[in-house]
Amino acid sequence: MNECQELVRELADKYGRNRTSLLPILQGVIEKNNYLSDTCMTDIAKELDLSAAQVFGTATFYSFLDTVPRGKYIIRVCQTITCDMHGKKMIIQTLEDMLKIKVGETTPDKKFTLLETNCLGWCHEGPAMLINEQPFSGLTTEKVHDIISEYINK
Amino acid sequence: MSEQTLKRVDLIFGEYSNEKYKILADTMKRSNEDILKDLLDSGLRGRGGAGFPTAMKWKFTADTISDEKFVICNADEGEPGTFKDREILLRVPRKVFSGMAICGKVIGASKGYMYLRGEYRFMLPELMKELDIYHEHAKNLGLNFPIEIRLGSGAYICGEESALFESMEGGRGEPRNKPPYPTTSGFMKKPTVINNVETFVNVLMIMRLGPNQYKKLGTTDSRGSKVFSVSGDTPIPGIYELELGMPLDRFVDEFGDGDTKAVQVGGASGFCVPRKKFKDTVIGFEGVPTGGSMMIFNSSRSMYNVLHNYLKFFEEESCGQCTPCRVGCQQLRKGIVAVKKGEKKAVYLDQLMKLSESMKITAKCGLGQSVANSFSSIVNNFKEEMIY
Repeated sequence: MNECQELVRELADKYGRNRTSLLPILQGVIEKNNYLSDTCMTDIAKELDLSAAQVFGTATFYSFLDTVPRGKYIIRVCQTITCDMHGKKMIIQTLEDMLKIKVGETTPDKKFTLLETNCLGWCHEGPAMLINEQPFSGLTTEKVHDIISEYINK
Repeated sequence: MSEQTLKRVDLIFGEYSNEKYKILADTMKRSNEDILKDLLDSGLRGRGGAGFPTAMKWKFTADTISDEKFVICNADEGEPGTFKDREILLRVPRKVFSGMAICGKVIGASKGYMYLRGEYRFMLPELMKELDIYHEHAKNLGLNFPIEIRLGSGAYICGEESALFESMEGGRGEPRNKPPYPTTSGFMKKPTVINNVETFVNVLMIMRLGPNQYKKLGTTDSRGSKVFSVSGDTPIPGIYELELGMPLDRFVDEFGDGDTKAVQVGGASGFCVPRKKFKDTVIGFEGVPTGGSMMIFNSSRSMYNVLHNYLKFFEEESCGQCTPCRVGCQQLRKGIVAVKKGEKKAVYLDQLMKLSESMKITAKCGLGQSVANSFSSIVNNFKEEMIY
């Protein structure tokens, strides 16, 4: 039994083996592995007695369910209007400089992935970003430096 | 305070009882007819944006005969410029759970769900703690109405009710055809009431105040107060609870930076109101409705950039199921870029306008239908900015 099979079984025990359990299970795998591999999605299909197409179909619909390998920390910078107005470009620039990657890329050590995302709901304190599930708002170049330095040392 | 100051309201966030779940306990003793009558009298309309009368939604669902019914709290707050549901859930979660439980009693539902957007996952531990407290009180009240939280995974469209059901059922968040409406066929094809977070809190406050006192707030068409999310070019961004039915010019006087060019009311799917129309615009169901999003732009902002940002948003968030929306959003964005670059003549904007009007009629759900709102209101009012 591969590692994913075991995880999928655990999650299915917890959430059930119905179609309605699919999203929580996919989210559970993401939480552990940061992305959904093809084999993992096939394992889920088997465990829930669904077709692989159903699992792939659902997984590829959602922007937070990544189906390509991602870093341990996924940074999602809000690109929607108020964050854009309040300096999103500068935040992206700072992150690209610090991590030496472009938007959409992952650092060679697989620690960080940098992405843009739509409205995070922090419009009054933009620019904002998520690192995994943790939100950061009111970002400035200095603040981003501090936050990322902390994560680099984690 | 000058007389210009808009009246602040403290209904949603205010303390209401030292005793946890007191209003819920009191309401449980009342008859369903009584509760529905109060709701109907209050004139409450849904706070998610569409503004459907809450009492009607509940009554239709209550009248549908079924072995199983559900209550769903829509906490998939994704409209650009909206962040009030997060604040409500952080500050007064008990009011939300209470409102859901009252709904469960009235319609005869066995279970409640809250669909929380994935972007708010950080709130989950706190909400789970609150949910434990709720379940404890429910048990003491002899109330069999468990509530479960489900998470979204970063899809704006899942805020559309039928897409949300699809998502909860483990599918792609693709909206369904309507009818049937959720009142007869919602989650798992069972009768379902789905309301916005703020709507459930309003229900509870109506139970506490009675419809007559509640009705004193707002106007005939827009009863009660509303939590507004104010952002953009304002010195005081944040959450404000205000009466419905206020004129936009007074809002701008209070929240603008003195140089306000336009206000986007209702988010990317709402309407852009230019300065010259502030005076004649009322915020409410009789004028420009909003789910709470108020984004302020001053004269340093390019409305072309604003529109481009919205269209990119819609292009990415369109579920891709129906052609008018999937292709329309792309073409609108490409179209304004081409006009701006001079690759297309300015009259091409008229053609794009026609396209957005077609989307309004032919798109399957509210996303595609509402793109025309911001598109036409920005292009019509700021045409020169689109061209030069």
